Amino acid sequence: MSYKLLGKDFTPHDVYAKVTGQAKYAEDFRADGMVFCRMLTSPMPHARVKSIDVTEALKLPGVVGVLLPSEVTPVPAPNPPILTDEPQYVGAPILAVAAVDETTAQDAIDLVRLDLEPLPFVVDPLDSLRPDGPNGRADGNNVGSQFAKPRTLKWTAADFEQAGEGKLPLGKSAEDWSYGDVEAGFAKSKLVYDESFVTASNSHHSMEPRTTFAYWQNGKCFVHGSTQSHSFVVPGLAGFIGIKPTELIYIAEFCGGGFGSKGSAYPTMAIPALLSKKLGKPVMMRVSRAEEYYIGHARNGFQGRVKLGFGADGRLLAADMYIVQDGGAHNGFWDYRNAADALSVVYQPEAMRWRGVPVYTNSPTRSAQRGPGENQIACILEPLMDRAARDLKLDRLEIRRVNAPQTGSKVGNDRRPVTSCYLRDALEKGAARFKWDERRARSGQAKGSKVTGLGIGQAYHPAGFNGFDGLVRITPDGKLHIHTGVGNLGTFSHSGTARIAAEVLKYDWENCIVERGDSRKHLPWNIGQFGSNTSFTMARTNYVAAMDALTKMREIAAKDLGGKPDDYEIDGARIFAKTHPGRHLSYAQVAQRAVQLGGRYSGAELPKDINPMTRESATALAGSGLIGVAKDNLPVGGETAAFACCFVEVEVDLETGQHRVIDILNVGDCGTVIHPMGLTTQLKGGSVQGLSIGTLEHIILDPQNGIPGHIGLYQAKPATYLDVPPQLNADWVDKPDATSPLGTKGIGEPPLGAAASAVICAISDALGGYVFNRTPVKLDMVLNVATKRPMSHGPLQVNTQ
Amino acid sequence: MSEYRTTVAGVPARDDEAARLSRREFLKRVIASGAVASAATYIYGGLGGCARRGGAVPGGVERLISINVNGQIRRVDVLPQETLAMTLRYKLGLTGTKLGCDRGECGACTVMLDDVTHNSCSVLTHSVRGRKVVTVEGVGGPNGELHRVQQAFIDELSPQCGFCTPGQVVSAVALLKRNPKPTREEARAALAGNLCRCGAYDNYLNGVMRAAAQGSAT
Repeated sequence: MSYKLLGKDFTPHDVYAKVTGQAKYAEDFRADGMVFCRMLTSPMPHARVKSIDVTEALKLPGVVGVLLPSEVTPVPAPNPPILTDEPQYVGAPILAVAAVDETTAQDAIDLVRLDLEPLPFVVDPLDSLRPDGPNGRADGNNVGSQFAKPRTLKWTAADFEQAGEGKLPLGKSAEDWSYGDVEAGFAKSKLVYDESFVTASNSHHSMEPRTTFAYWQNGKCFVHGSTQSHSFVVPGLAGFIGIKPTELIYIAEFCGGGFGSKGSAYPTMAIPALLSKKLGKPVMMRVSRAEEYYIGHARNGFQGRVKLGFGADGRLLAADMYIVQDGGAHNGFWDYRNAADALSVVYQPEAMRWRGVPVYTNSPTRSAQRGPGENQIACILEPLMDRAARDLKLDRLEIRRVNAPQTGSKVGNDRRPVTSCYLRDALEKGAARFKWDERRARSGQAKGSKVTGLGIGQAYHPAGFNGFDGLVRITPDGKLHIHTGVGNLGTFSHSGTARIAAEVLKYDWENCIVERGDSRKHLPWNIGQFGSNTSFTMARTNYVAAMDALTKMREIAAKDLGGKPDDYEIDGARIFAKTHPGRHLSYAQVAQRAVQLGGRYSGAELPKDINPMTRESATALAGSGLIGVAKDNLPVGGETAAFACCFVEVEVDLETGQHRVIDILNVGDCGTVIHPMGLTTQLKGGSVQGLSIGTLEHIILDPQNGIPGHIGLYQAKPATYLDVPPQLNADWVDKPDATSPLGTKGIGEPPLGAAASAVICAISDALGGYVFNRTPVKLDMVLNVATKRPMSHGPLQVNTQ
Repeated sequence: MSEYRTTVAGVPARDDEAARLSRREFLKRVIASGAVASAATYIYGGLGGCARRGGAVPGGVERLISINVNGQIRRVDVLPQETLAMTLRYKLGLTGTKLGCDRGECGACTVMLDDVTHNSCSVLTHSVRGRKVVTVEGVGGPNGELHRVQQAFIDELSPQCGFCTPGQVVSAVALLKRNPKPTREEARAALAGNLCRCGAYDNYLNGVMRAAAQGSAT
């Protein structure tokens, strides 16, 4: 289908500000009388604050006040608190001091007398599961969801003994599900593997640390924050501050990277807001890079075990997976569940069982990170697919094709269907462009100490939600204002999805204004910009709002020009009678008439089912034009899912253990393409992060003292220009998703998992098919394989170098 | 480069590595003795370089100096320990220069000093007297015209979140000043100190090569 705007490149309005330095992030704002605050963070991995004495700190000239744990809004456990008197990781904020400048605030913090009682701590989840192992929190060692209460779960000594050395014990799980006859599946399998594995936690490394600036004016709290999302942040942040959402003005026009760590409100955002309320002054809280590693979240780590049974044709007949998740000191995220969904959908096992237990450790707060769970498990499963292909003498592309899902294939334990899947097309497109058949002959070829390896990786993530609101407005000057609450993560999808409304109303893009980034722009209730969902969810909201506007335009034309609403068509910024195009009103005239008519047309009357935030915004806009507003009640056909596959060629130096990526191609299954350049940046950015997570990044906690060893970029190692090839390649399958009005769906997350698993497969290939069962694959591991030495770490060991 | 290193060597240790090690010592003592601890017994990694009015650091007095920023002479009160990034951002209102790490790791604060790129978080403002400072706000034309690197970054949709972009722009402009026709490899090496977590490296290099192909004196 041909579109006026969809599938065409455009220059997003915010890119000019980004290249000129005019883009204002939270730390770039100032206000008269602004003071700075600094946090006192825990030096211990787990402790109880016995007393706090701020007398001396408050005497220091320039200090204006403190905020103590007793003064903040309580947050129900196990969610991270705003300030705490039971710090559960090194770097947990205990109190904050405000002063005329940061140095004074820091000096004052050094004068605080803090009595801490050290408590037992743990940095390896398996230690906590041992019968006498320490709990990461006083209230338990695991939890199933952020809405549940922490509880304690221990495995027996027999569980550990039975497993044997290097195998994950299969003790009692916190959660499990299964479908089909798993044991029968293994019984009929030609090939069965039973592997234990580790995937490392890694930080998000957003380039902008999570600075927050806050002040109060006329009874409202103004907060400048660094978040991926906009509307979605408001209720949570208002809750942290202890005010109603309508009392919060949230401003976040730009966000310097989030990758899941800034998807919704986070508790430290409330610190400057609460201090500002207490002191009557604007408060800026800048966050240092080291603090960003403390409070800036990390991906959940896994220690797991997976049993896979294959038929002679490579078909996956049975799968049994157990995941112990390192969830940090707080609720973490449901990576361990997502990993199971990923296994179930990408390889379509005929029968499957999953068990999981998320465990608290005294380490940084975990949250979703680009492909949470799906992308870690890809790094473990894809190399095992390669191993099965080798053992069954199948081509590695073929074994993936044999198992690949299609539209309608099922996901997870509830066997929900995917609304579209063209992973097979992506594999074929990628293989052709990468010349897989030709290149695979080079696999294992050596030039001196350098050996060529080739790999394919695949990944999946859900790619859309539904049920949120759309809000558009045609003003009497004829312009279309698309109000969007999605946020600005850097994907440009705030504008990409706004173009859906413009497409429906046949607008020239020059006459459209995207209203976003500030509550005062009256934004609708939208879900956050995370989970690869925007290109589906907000395509639907903008579609229904635009359709509502179109309906109203037709009604107005019929009222003024006669006939029925259906007699009218739009184009060229006017609405006209299909049979008599001369009978027409311009968009500007329609908007003027909407204001005169009032009621539904001007926003004076609103649909009953829209969210209170949308109602508030639409009410504020009422009378300023023709208002199109609606909740997305479009049909839901299952789980919208995105897929990607990636092809990588590496050269591994057997003398140094280093590898160099020679070529990488990431191919997305992303529905109808909205914005080709924006899509390309997501695919290539996913490749870079994937190469980084596959071979470089991890967090590391000292087991003796629980101190993080990854609080600098140089320690935590996100990829630089020199870690990735000078040129990256991307492609896609441009096939629509039937449940999206214009066929669009998300793509953000799978390219990362596809690239991370592909590079690991390629390194394995260069090493004759050695399977690491671990991320990241570091050069010492490669060197150990090349020189036939044992690994420097145990199979389930965490916090390794 | 050697001059820059000498300059920062005089700054009191404030990096987080030092804080971490001292915490380790602190913890050992606490764990060994089981004694009550005080926050005052260890050093924190601070943010450093922040403006300070009437503070108590020995010799910490602001001094009025003149510096050449984006072709203009700016007079500004500067503390001895103040970094150029802080002066630019907090005293001269040039917030295009970003602070991603404040310790020379990420390149978001890259500026040119006499056409050579520097991490402005790791340069003392007092050391730039007599040198030409150019920030992202100063690379374009006098009437707001974009530098061809900036236009190329728009055309190639180089930025994603945009936080590292000012640093990428300045590094690319400096490269084209000294090497108007770089190879892609040379561009990659020149920008290697500018981290981008979004992973937009390919798009930035496309931008640099596009700007180089368009060429013109700047």
